[in-house]
Amino acid sequence: MAMARTDRRIEPAAEPMALKLLVAGGFGAGKTTLVGSVSEIRPLRTEESLSELGRPVDDVSGVEGKNTTTVAMDFGRITLREDLVLYLFGTPGQDRFWFLWDELAQGALGAVVLADTRRLADCFAAVDYFEQRGIPFSIAVNCFEGAELHDPQTVREALDLDPGTPVVLCDARERESAKNVLITVVEHAAYVAAAQRAPAGA
Amino acid sequence: MASESDRWYDDAAGPVVRPYAMTRGRTSHAAEAKLDLIALVVTRHAPGEGDPPADDPDLTPEHLDIIERCQYQALSVAELAADLDLPVGVVRVLVGDLLEAAHVHIHRPVPPAELPDESILRDVINGLRAL
Repeated sequence: MAMARTDRRIEPAAEPMALKLLVAGGFGAGKTTLVGSVSEIRPLRTEESLSELGRPVDDVSGVEGKNTTTVAMDFGRITLREDLVLYLFGTPGQDRFWFLWDELAQGALGAVVLADTRRLADCFAAVDYFEQRGIPFSIAVNCFEGAELHDPQTVREALDLDPGTPVVLCDARERESAKNVLITVVEHAAYVAAAQRAPAGA
Repeated sequence: MASESDRWYDDAAGPVVRPYAMTRGRTSHAAEAKLDLIALVVTRHAPGEGDPPADDPDLTPEHLDIIERCQYQALSVAELAADLDLPVGVVRVLVGDLLEAAHVHIHRPVPPAELPDESILRDVINGLRAL
């Protein structure tokens, strides 16, 4: 019974605030590892009709109601303060789940695109996606053992990034390294936000 | 034991109750637009206070579970889905019911068009550094 817990009353935080960061990248780029390095990771299941998932953006005509799909994503919670929570969402890597990205991207503070230099093309789609929607993102080059090390400038050129987009090298397994990746993207988001607030040319 | 591999057990066999049975077949809720993945759900009654919602015949065990979990901590729609092992769509419908019946309230995230305050971003950065 619920009554058994009356002694454990905790005042709920006044105005909790939640923010989210996305972690994107190709299949096997280390998304799950990165999220798991900084937070307790949990699988999130969606089993919804395709038409419903595309609700905010898609014309659903012609999609019959029985088309359902199950997609699993990783997500983690980082409690920064009692009233400030950061959620990390690993975006589904497969292209056929693009429709899920739009919901995830809505209101996202920023995104990390994990890149594996052996398969750099895998992250092109994510880079395009965030560029087109104006979501601040940074590239985190996951330094896999055995992969040739490339300096960030080379990666920047290969991905044809805007000069302001941060590129960092990381080891997604290392907590400090993963933290650094997240800090980089939030700093970038803060920079972008400040630039947008300031009148052009100021 | 030899036959074990040909059979599906537990989670592998899929849910005994199809997810949308818990919502009486509803796949969406009028309040759904408010229920972003990171919308935070907070129970209105303090634990043990007010009308015990367990008496409400409209509430299923899943509803009550959500009410109880959100008494102690604001939980996002995504967390509820993961904790209850239910699809996000189902949780949206259930939370929508609770919102309608005023058992919970929702803290919506910063609207996408508005950027969070600079001081909040600073807090996030400092919080991450301190992890």
